[in-house]
Amino acid sequence: MMFLANPVRFLRLADTLLPWFRWGALLALALGLYFGLFASPPDYQQGDTVRIMYVHVPAATMGEGVFVFMAIASIVALVWKHPLADLAAKAAAPIGAGFTALALVTGSLWGEPMWGTWWVWDARLTSVLVQFFLYLGYMALWQAFEDPAKAAKASSILAIVGVINVPIIKFSVDWWNTLHQPSSIFRSGGPSIDASMLVPFFIMMIAYALYFGWIFLWRLKAEVLARRVQTRRLRMMEA
Amino acid sequence: MSLVLTLIKRDLVLALRHGGSAWLPLGFFVIVSTVFGFSIGPDTALLGRLAPGLIWVAALLAVLISLDRMFQGDFEDGTLDLLRLSPMPLGNVVMAKIAAHWLSTGLPLIVATPLLALELSLPAHAFPILFLSLIIGTPSFSLIGAIGAALTVSLRRGGLIIPLLILPLYIPILIFGVSAVDAVLAGMSPWPHIKLLGATFLMAAVLGPVAGTAALKMAAD
Repeated sequence: MMFLANPVRFLRLADTLLPWFRWGALLALALGLYFGLFASPPDYQQGDTVRIMYVHVPAATMGEGVFVFMAIASIVALVWKHPLADLAAKAAAPIGAGFTALALVTGSLWGEPMWGTWWVWDARLTSVLVQFFLYLGYMALWQAFEDPAKAAKASSILAIVGVINVPIIKFSVDWWNTLHQPSSIFRSGGPSIDASMLVPFFIMMIAYALYFGWIFLWRLKAEVLARRVQTRRLRMMEA
Repeated sequence: MSLVLTLIKRDLVLALRHGGSAWLPLGFFVIVSTVFGFSIGPDTALLGRLAPGLIWVAALLAVLISLDRMFQGDFEDGTLDLLRLSPMPLGNVVMAKIAAHWLSTGLPLIVATPLLALELSLPAHAFPILFLSLIIGTPSFSLIGAIGAALTVSLRRGGLIIPLLILPLYIPILIFGVSAVDAVLAGMSPWPHIKLLGATFLMAAVLGPVAGTAALKMAAD
């Protein structure tokens, strides 16, 4: 972590890692979509609709994961004053919001044929929607301040407070027995679905994670460079 | 402790005497609930069914519109800087502010609630639980609201961004509060919901002052 406190070192590392993440993500996405959409069996109850799940579940998991990542980065930013941590949280937010939006939209598309409704006020759906709003609030708070240092601190506090919603999402299906089904992959006692469906799941999971790494490094690099441009501009005004 | 009480008393006196700002959220609460009555129409059975949700939303909005002033006045005229220099820890100041905010907005709302419940034809046997849920829920609104108020204290358009930050965190309180009253209407036990409402209050009591203090320190730097 402290190794990356030097932006030059970070930029060099990002440039080395970016092609790996980019091609890895594209490859895994192509493989995952092939397995998910063509080379896996339809569900005995859901039919081909089950294929939406290969897009939906990783998106929802990543939506939660990115928020936890932002909260950890915010703690690092506040406690150790790490120069890249608050930028990392800022760079991750729109990607996480995108994942969450994708999970909501695909969930809705799946819900219409399966539950017979686009939307229900079920605990899981509601808490994911809350998470989406928290992402929006976080991004709006970054925009609201003129001083980037203040914006960084205020947003960090909000991210740490907002992460409280993640365990609520995770356990909402166990605490409230409503429409959304409980977890079938990440559960104690092993996954309850067949290997032919697990394979595309895991490839898609990896694809989403690599995609996040790719876009995240790209955005963080842009943030670092933008900060550098700003410093240089200030220095030129002084000169 | 006496300093905290002094601060609460000062804030209450200011709220009561300063242009009647303590009465504004209350007036808002009453008018919004009345407007609901007009919009839904005179069907008493329907109104009674919707009353818990309507009263809770009206209370939430009334608290929300009063949040931006929680720290802003003191921030603008420099009182907050003096309070930071005083021997009292800033956390105590924040807690005093939260207490004063609840006493000047949440409490009047609760006192006015029976009137609105009658107006919206809520069945009388649901009154006690509606009362209880608001007594536990509105302090949570003030506690969590302190985070939003402190985060945006240095922003001129802070009032517009607070709802975006705070409303997502209010949703659990709203759900448990309304569910408790709905349970009574459906002839079931409200206590599971009341207990969850109590749990959210305890969580807000820990989180609100701590995060609010951190945010306030940041704003004053």
